[in-house]
Amino acid sequence: MVVYALYGVGALLALAPIAVVLTTSPRAINVIYGTSLVVTLVLGVIGFKSLFELSTSTATLPLGLPWLGAHFRMDALASFFVIVVNLGGAAASLFALGYGQHERAPERVLPFYPAYLAGMNLVVLSDDAFSFLVSWEFMSLSSWALVVAHHWEHENLRAGYVYLLMASFGTLALLLGFGLLAGANGNYAFDAIRASHPSDAMAALVLILALIGAGSKAGVVPLHAWLPLAHPAAPSHVSALMSGVMTKVAVYGFVRITFDLLGAPEWWWSMLVLAVGGITAVMGVLYALMQHDLKRLLAYHTVENIGIIYIGLGLALAFKAHGMAVAAALALTAGLLHVFNHSVFKSLLFFGAGAVLNSTGERNMEHLGGLIHRMPQTAFVFLVGCVAISALPPLNGFVSEWLTFQAILLSPQLPSWGLKFLVPAVGALLALSAALAAACFVKAFGVSFLGRPRTPAAADARETDSNSLAAMICLAALCLVAGVLPGIFIDALAPVTNALVGMSMPHQTGLEWLTLVPIAESRSSYNGLLVFIFVTVSGSIAAFAIHRLASDKLRRGPAWDCGYPDPSPVTQYTASSFAQPIRRVYGTAVFRACEIGEMPAPGATVPARLTVELHDLIWDYVYAPIAAFVAAVADRLNVLQFLTIRRYLTLVFAALVLLLLVLAIWP
Amino acid sequence: MAVIRDIAFQGAQMLLVLLLSPLLTGFVRKVKARLLSRRGPPVLQPYRDLIRLMRKEVVLAESASWLFRVVPYIVFAGTWVAASLVPTFRSGLLFSWSADLIALIALLGSARFFLALAGLDVGTSFGGIGSSREVMIASLAEPAMLMIVFTLALVAGSTQLSAMAAYMMSDEVGLRVSLGLALLALIMVALAENGRIPIDNPATHLELTMVHEAMVLEYSGRHLALIDLSSQLKLLFYISVIGCLFAPWGIAPPNGSAAEIAIGVASYVAKLAVGGVLLAVFETSIAKMRVFRVPAFLGAALMLGLLGTLLLFVSRSL
Repeated sequence: MVVYALYGVGALLALAPIAVVLTTSPRAINVIYGTSLVVTLVLGVIGFKSLFELSTSTATLPLGLPWLGAHFRMDALASFFVIVVNLGGAAASLFALGYGQHERAPERVLPFYPAYLAGMNLVVLSDDAFSFLVSWEFMSLSSWALVVAHHWEHENLRAGYVYLLMASFGTLALLLGFGLLAGANGNYAFDAIRASHPSDAMAALVLILALIGAGSKAGVVPLHAWLPLAHPAAPSHVSALMSGVMTKVAVYGFVRITFDLLGAPEWWWSMLVLAVGGITAVMGVLYALMQHDLKRLLAYHTVENIGIIYIGLGLALAFKAHGMAVAAALALTAGLLHVFNHSVFKSLLFFGAGAVLNSTGERNMEHLGGLIHRMPQTAFVFLVGCVAISALPPLNGFVSEWLTFQAILLSPQLPSWGLKFLVPAVGALLALSAALAAACFVKAFGVSFLGRPRTPAAADARETDSNSLAAMICLAALCLVAGVLPGIFIDALAPVTNALVGMSMPHQTGLEWLTLVPIAESRSSYNGLLVFIFVTVSGSIAAFAIHRLASDKLRRGPAWDCGYPDPSPVTQYTASSFAQPIRRVYGTAVFRACEIGEMPAPGATVPARLTVELHDLIWDYVYAPIAAFVAAVADRLNVLQFLTIRRYLTLVFAALVLLLLVLAIWP
Repeated sequence: MAVIRDIAFQGAQMLLVLLLSPLLTGFVRKVKARLLSRRGPPVLQPYRDLIRLMRKEVVLAESASWLFRVVPYIVFAGTWVAASLVPTFRSGLLFSWSADLIALIALLGSARFFLALAGLDVGTSFGGIGSSREVMIASLAEPAMLMIVFTLALVAGSTQLSAMAAYMMSDEVGLRVSLGLALLALIMVALAENGRIPIDNPATHLELTMVHEAMVLEYSGRHLALIDLSSQLKLLFYISVIGCLFAPWGIAPPNGSAAEIAIGVASYVAKLAVGGVLLAVFETSIAKMRVFRVPAFLGAALMLGLLGTLLLFVSRSL
């Protein structure tokens, strides 16, 4: 299987230079995205086949380090992530067949797009540290090129710069981590790493490095700073890939290292992961609530969902460390199912934002409104995405969060006291983030799609093209299917959890009415299909009965608004005013939010002003001091650029003497 | 045969909650009026209001979209389904396993999500103020509710309402600190979720204090009837949940005889009546609080729920 997958990756890589040649041709967009669509679909099918055949296949290519070669392997975990990557890739390619036509600089996007897809696939397929890191960097750099594709906007360049720094930092952490992990005789093949058992201290250090390295790519707080800058800066189909798929590749890296390569976990590792997950989930959604840029809001929600995934993974680690395999399988399934679900609805939402951006030229929600009238189909699928990401039944986001809650309910049996106190707190954070996410998506959908248009651009919006719509409709359908028939998806994850924690959740699809039963029916069960049918049927009965028996008359009139309707659309609630109550409740502590009102003196003709100040404390207290320190050091060292040749020679000589001295003294 | 009987009971439950919910609201209003030494509207007034509203034509704002017209049906269906899955007079309902308590709470969350969207749909300032305050309240009430569910589920070892009610009826349960905390928090959350005093006033028409009423301000005719019926069902849902978890006496077992069923129905109606009287007494004895005091109130509920859960993590017997 892995050989076929590599052929697919090779095809994507070959597409990149073809794109460079083709960019002048008007058909380039169709050729590149069409081929990417076909190749990713094939790769997805390969992933499916490999996952269901329970086969592990390996391949070694004579590339990379001469004594190592490049190892590739497709086991259950890799197959699952190959499916996630290529499902997102296929949807993005289909969307781009329409969306890409409006690209102002296709020559800056087309060559990097297939390369980026290939990079993500390679990370998942790699089976040695060297090819993993090379693929990881390849993925980072190709996505960086896509982030700065629209370089004429100053903000994008800054985003690209921050992204590049953070990506290098993350890779450095991973590099050190893999360095510590090396197997016997410095063998970097994953097989050798698995066979060797690092000491406790070493394993703990690797875990922390993996948390930093993979976490910075996934966007865990406080390493998330680049994510809300870089993800929205890219063209929307690439944003969808970065948010929906690349963060999942990062999660893959973390799972591969902690669950597979490191061997048996210590219980306190899970405390670290759980704490990070809980904080990330709540901070991500609070940041998102304060945004009024639609794409940036979605990017912050990726941070939140990564937190939810990490909570699942942390619970799985805790259960695994204490030998509770059934519970570990449940928690890991919850986390991985959320990986899949998030990749589906986040891609869908970014596509929707892209469609809005295309037809109005606006990302700022304060300039939108009323799009449900002008773009009804986009509005509908975007609404599906909003319901799914808000973890509301009967769609898929709810299923994975419900499973995470069920895993939390199993955790009182954990013997360690630290976990006994941490897990309920993390449960509360998870519940809080779910409720806040619903609030945030009421805002996102309500302000941009409902109400009256706030600008002429929003009033003249046009429905997006059929390819983009097709991509969004497919993903929306998938949200519903995964929501009402989660058993199929959970059963598909069984080989993955079997491999990682030695157990899988009970078989689901054979159960009566296709109900979801994580442990036992007397404990908990949920049937999305029945709930969906009940709600649909009772809603339809109500509609039918009322229209038949009572009244179906309808008259259009002006809005009531307590008798004072204002024709100007600026009197509507805006995104900022919608978030104001929540900003007052949570923002004062988290963002030091303050509102400054300037009331002019009586008789003055200047308007009154209300200014809201928000401080990103993580940026102010972590990133800004580091940046200031680096700048100060660089300023001092700047002198070295303007020395005479004699001084340079002296410096070189001094360095040489110093090094020789060190060598002489070194034991 | 057993299946037919089960279906009949499930259907009876659906009808029962639908028919009792306006009565409960009428009853609460009547008791409140009597406590204020007013005569008050007849107990059956909510039925008359609903029927009248359903017969009237709908006046739809010009800027309203299709979503605005669909939302009342979604909200009604979601709330009705949730209320129908709570064991009221008989446990072991045919479909009670299709959604556990977490799923029921989330189902009501879906209903609220759509209602808040409808508040924004027409594009008026009152709709916006209602929606934004509603989601602020929900952002605290939902996690508090989930913490309460955690506490109860850890005691009962299940999140299924039927199993939880059965456990609460057994002798194992005893007096527990955590259950006391959960009950207190649940009452606070129920007050907030139903927009009762001190959080919101269901009878107010003073613009700046409205939350729920502001959100549904643009609704009229049959749409308004459905929204009203949904809030009545929601009140019934919360009283039923409290009754089924903290006063599970009288609920007929799945294979109960006709006499047991009759006792079940009678005790259920009695529980609703007691809940209604307590609610009315509480509402008349307290003043509505400012909107920005609400987070402190609900934050307390959240902390109580979290404390209950923590106690159970520390010791199974607390």
